[in-house]
Amino acid sequence: MSTLNRRSFMKVSGALVGALLTAGIISNHALAADFPTSKVNTTGLAVTDTTVKVGILHSATGTMAISETGSIQAEKLAIDQINAMGGILGRKIEVIQEDGASDWPTFAEKSKKLLVKDKVAAVMGCWTSASRKAALPVFEKENGLLFYPTFYEGLEQSKNVFYTGQEATQQILAGLDWIQKEKNAKSFYLIGSDYIWPRTSMKIARKHIENKLGGKVVGEEYIALGDTQFGSVINKIKLKKPDVIYAAVVGGSNVAWFKQLNAAGLNSSKQTMLTISVTEDEVLGIGGENLAGFYSAMKYFQSIDTPENKKFVAEFKKKWGPSSVIGDVTQAAYLGPWLYKAAVERAGSFDVDKVQAALPGYVFKDAPEGSVTVEANHHLTTKLRIGKWKKDGQADVVYTSGYIKPDPFPKGYQ
Amino acid sequence: MFGYSIADISNIVVMQGFSGLSMFTVLLLMALGLAIIFGQMGVINMAHGEFMAIGAYTTVMISKVAVTYGFVSYYFVFAILIAFILAFAAGYFVEFIMIRHLYKRPLDTLLATWGLSLVMQQIFRSTFGAKEVSAELPEWMLGSFNPTPDIDIPINGVFVMVLAMVVTAGVYLFMFRSRWGLRVRATVQNRVMAGAVGINTQKVDRVTFALGCGIAGIAGAAFTTIASTGPTTGTLYIVDSFMVVVFGGAASLMGTIASAFGIAQAQSILQFFMSSSMGKVSTLLVIVGILMLKPEGLFASKLRK
Repeated sequence: MSTLNRRSFMKVSGALVGALLTAGIISNHALAADFPTSKVNTTGLAVTDTTVKVGILHSATGTMAISETGSIQAEKLAIDQINAMGGILGRKIEVIQEDGASDWPTFAEKSKKLLVKDKVAAVMGCWTSASRKAALPVFEKENGLLFYPTFYEGLEQSKNVFYTGQEATQQILAGLDWIQKEKNAKSFYLIGSDYIWPRTSMKIARKHIENKLGGKVVGEEYIALGDTQFGSVINKIKLKKPDVIYAAVVGGSNVAWFKQLNAAGLNSSKQTMLTISVTEDEVLGIGGENLAGFYSAMKYFQSIDTPENKKFVAEFKKKWGPSSVIGDVTQAAYLGPWLYKAAVERAGSFDVDKVQAALPGYVFKDAPEGSVTVEANHHLTTKLRIGKWKKDGQADVVYTSGYIKPDPFPKGYQ
Repeated sequence: MFGYSIADISNIVVMQGFSGLSMFTVLLLMALGLAIIFGQMGVINMAHGEFMAIGAYTTVMISKVAVTYGFVSYYFVFAILIAFILAFAAGYFVEFIMIRHLYKRPLDTLLATWGLSLVMQQIFRSTFGAKEVSAELPEWMLGSFNPTPDIDIPINGVFVMVLAMVVTAGVYLFMFRSRWGLRVRATVQNRVMAGAVGINTQKVDRVTFALGCGIAGIAGAAFTTIASTGPTTGTLYIVDSFMVVVFGGAASLMGTIASAFGIAQAQSILQFFMSSSMGKVSTLLVIVGILMLKPEGLFASKLRK
């Protein structure tokens, strides 16, 4: 009996799926026919009647693979979902994936390959600012289109790039305002890794603390990338007794920083810390017990309680395994393919110039992080959230700001 | 003084003293395995950091098992032991496959072991994933020990310190108080002669190399308590390890200890009074200066060539 039931169920569902598929194919063909290739692709991109080639360019090997793997996974998930819905203008996305190998010149080289040889219509890629800066001249020269996912230091705007992460002021100002109000903080200790993003961020943070909040910066410290010994720095912090530590330490140092801070007795019951460099991805390495009670300022946390986000998390885990986690940048990377789809559909064309012109002004309502708006400066208007970390590696969102417009060249902060 | 109370300053002096000692033992543990391999065999093992990563990943895996079966409070003992055994075995295998063919070409070992380190990193990445992982630490190892309310001594620092002393003592006994050590030293001093009196120099080489790798494994296991575990974790340690060994004088255990102590104290104190990066830069400048005057390092071994 049960087999019969199952069999008939299979038959019915099989027929249903078949019907749906045929309908999909027919409507796709119809859609593709509405937009003949000769019309939507006038610049010789790799767009055919049935497919469009899109590049993914991240580090799958080398140091940065730790961080960039999540972005690759998110972009592939989004592309799969878009294809399941029928693709873009009736054309399925065909992915060409290249490996930047954590080596910045390689990013430039592979960008050139994707744009010149493969003629991809758009690229989802880069992670560190260094890799973006290396690839940028290629995208500008070949007039390519890059969707860049990472929160970064700002001070950049290119017509060939859309920045789906936050620029520095979006991540820093509202967070500092909140912690000053919440903890009545007067003195701040700034600490970051020694490269452009933390240094630019701390410059903005210091100006904001001193000029707008009337607080005091009692120490500013930069740690060489990869340094794992924090004993002396922690003692300095103990001597200065700041109300808040404001941290942007990255990579292997980040793990050592939190482990040693906790071991030195500076846990969240004794010390308030707000960091802008810890997402769910980093927690895997740091360990939830070392982070519990500290705060992160991000636009996205996996625990955001909305139907859109729950659906996204479920589908991400379905594709990449139940133990996978989603950090801020992973979610921002997920936006890339969807924004590209929207832009092409608004433009009614794959031509890069038309796509670029069509995207600003678009409101992506159903993003996992909530509604985002693409602004004329190619950055997104988003909210900022403060998450309080728990032992299990997830964060409680304790504060959500209003919408913050992107300001990549902030006046008074440079 | 500078607006701080005397109590504040004395507390900081105590904690700063401990942090210097703690860094000393970390550097020592890092460099010990390398000192044996480089010092005794003249092999430049660029994959040293990756043997540490073997130890680190072993600890992470065993911690997972420990969480499942509920023996978290004392799994670390097993972890260190198994880390040593696995890294030792890996070293033994690598020596047999690769290193022994390159003894006559010391510079080629540098290139070959560097290649090996890349291969091992990718193996870690393919096996354990690109993301960093962390070992679940036993409750007693978290937090700090407070002799007075304002002094925090990190317990994981004490743990690394004790372990470093035990391992150093072990290496000392092995090298200077055992038959094996005698054979190793004989082979280093005069390979042909050692062979002539019946020492199996090939076997001595293999065990020495494997021992160095095994100690790297122990170091890796211990460092899961203070730093990160990922496919490229090893690269965080390799530069410091070489710095300690070269500065100490290649062939001497005492040199390695003295050099780890000197570098740690200099760095720790300089980083307190300057910014962290400047402290590191200044330490390196001092080392470069001393090596220019004394190219063979602090404690040069006196070999009859």
